[in-house]
Amino acid sequence: MFSFSAILPEIFVLVMACSILLLDLFVIENRIAIYRLAQLTLIGAFALTVPLFDKIPLLAFSGHFMLDNLALTLKLGAYVLTFFVFLYAYDYLRLQHIKLGEFYVLGLFSLLGMMVLTSAGSLLTVYLGLELLSLPLYAMVTLLRDSKLTSEAAMKYFVMGALASGMLLYGISLMYGMTGELILMHVAEASIGMNLVNQSIMGLGIALIVVGIAFKLGAVPFHMWIPDVYSGATTATVLFIASTSKLTAFALAVRLLFNTFGVFFEEWQPMLLILGVLSLIVGNVVALVQTNIKRLLAYSTIAHMGFVLLALASGSLGAGLFYILTYGLMAVAGFAVVIALSRAGYEAQEISDLKGLNRSHPWFAFLIMLLMFSLAGVPPLVGFYAKFVVLDAMIKAGLTPFAIIAVILSVVGAFYYLRIIKVMYFDTSDAQALPQFTPNKPMRVALSINSLAFLALGLFPGALLSYCFWVFA
Amino acid sequence: MPVEKVIFYCFAALMLFAAFMVITSRHPVRAVLFLVLSFISASALWLLLEAEFLAIILVLVYVGAVMVLFLFVVMMLNMNTAPLKEGFSRYLPLGILIGVLFAGQVIWLLLDNQALLPEWRSLQRHAADYNNTEILGRALYSDYLYPFEIAGVILLVAIVAAIALTFRGTKSSRKQNISEQVKVTKADRLRIIKD
Repeated sequence: MFSFSAILPEIFVLVMACSILLLDLFVIENRIAIYRLAQLTLIGAFALTVPLFDKIPLLAFSGHFMLDNLALTLKLGAYVLTFFVFLYAYDYLRLQHIKLGEFYVLGLFSLLGMMVLTSAGSLLTVYLGLELLSLPLYAMVTLLRDSKLTSEAAMKYFVMGALASGMLLYGISLMYGMTGELILMHVAEASIGMNLVNQSIMGLGIALIVVGIAFKLGAVPFHMWIPDVYSGATTATVLFIASTSKLTAFALAVRLLFNTFGVFFEEWQPMLLILGVLSLIVGNVVALVQTNIKRLLAYSTIAHMGFVLLALASGSLGAGLFYILTYGLMAVAGFAVVIALSRAGYEAQEISDLKGLNRSHPWFAFLIMLLMFSLAGVPPLVGFYAKFVVLDAMIKAGLTPFAIIAVILSVVGAFYYLRIIKVMYFDTSDAQALPQFTPNKPMRVALSINSLAFLALGLFPGALLSYCFWVFA
Repeated sequence: MPVEKVIFYCFAALMLFAAFMVITSRHPVRAVLFLVLSFISASALWLLLEAEFLAIILVLVYVGAVMVLFLFVVMMLNMNTAPLKEGFSRYLPLGILIGVLFAGQVIWLLLDNQALLPEWRSLQRHAADYNNTEILGRALYSDYLYPFEIAGVILLVAIVAAIALTFRGTKSSRKQNISEQVKVTKADRLRIIKD
């Protein structure tokens, strides 16, 4: 009944997080050791997760724990993204005098929550994983304790997050009331061949669950917290929220909507379509007038989540997985740029801070150009293929009008990405005010690898693409 | 009407009334006290379901510990609630509309007896040797081991996060740093003043 070998990566991350917590308190004076231990934890967890591919599919702990292709893939993706997050965060945390131990320990706990959620086999573990993932994030948002802005962001994030959890929990309780089951597979079985009344209650529950998922993804009209949190929070934490936690929101959607309530596809498909189209409209149009980089990236997140929702609505999980994985890589690079531009006591916030970057740092200007082209969806970068597979899936599912709307809004969105490129390359500023990049060497290397990956994946998208579709085959 | 039904309706009505008063009382302390009342009526309902252990825990933990703490916080903060109520009348119609729609929908659906699972349509009676505590313990450490452990981790994270947010260094602590004491030299303690 208990197969502890299946949760070895989870146990490892938990033990390491607790050890780092204690070591930070009593033993280690050397701060960089904490950072190295955190990164070692990720590498170790990666090494422990890969062999589990031989064991799937597997149900353990009376069905509360589930291991399948999707769980393992999202876990591996989360390790990689978290690795980048931890790496980019290091410099920023030192500059802003934030205690490294707190950030990395809370980050690892949050990662543990993501792992629990991605391989959740029951409604109970879905909820617990979500809470374990969000709780550390609420605290991490406001690690810059003396700033009013971060406290406000944390408060908004906390209240909105609690509201979303409440909605989700209410939906889950209705599901449990109708089926008497907690294990996702049993709920799915019980919801086949239900009578009409029960079906309509299930519909109500599904609506609440969709609201919860939309909150977590940040889809319109549940997006209000995203711009405020992204612009106010500690940038190192935004890296985490914008990239890794989106993977888990995707896992949440797949586990609940597809694995459990696949029978009710007709009920929730229109909800996702409406959310998706609204997100595309609001995200792309409002981003046009933003002058703050973090707010701009926040609205761009909303627009990209619109694409993910449309992919889910067309029933093509492979396209959705490809989109969310590549988007995670792009988001992490986007906020890394913000970090790279900040110095002690100063954070680059405005787009105009990038003015003339090409003159002072041509290589980084080139990397940011790759990132922006990829976010805009210009071939041959990976962002193009991500959009392409989603549109392809939508047309195949007979959602051509929605695909046309998505294309038009992507063109609108391309404007603000291109504006950043224009500011970097064509706007001039006097020599003193040229932007300064001050990252350390590992970060320079990582940012280069991260951005060149867009080009590499864009030129050779086949492997990742076929892998993403194989996961759900 | 059987006695269980009478008890159920009494405590359910009391609970609804208390919950309503929590959100409408003008004074925060009164709201907290009504919350206590609603918890106590909930625990009476659980007793009716023969879940004695949970009922007692609800009273001990929530009423005894959490709510008392709540009461202290509310009393100490001495909140001025006037600004909180500013938009109240403006949003009231919309709030009532959504609330009534939602509640009506749920009630309308649940009125149909078909909506409930067969085993939940009436009260279950257990044998005299039924032990709620034992069954709960067995379930927690066998079928629900994994979720139980995760809940434990969540509590740990809550402590770590709370300390990370509030701890600002021990400036006033008077501890001995032994290695510093050992390393001390004559020059550190003695200042020779010649005139």
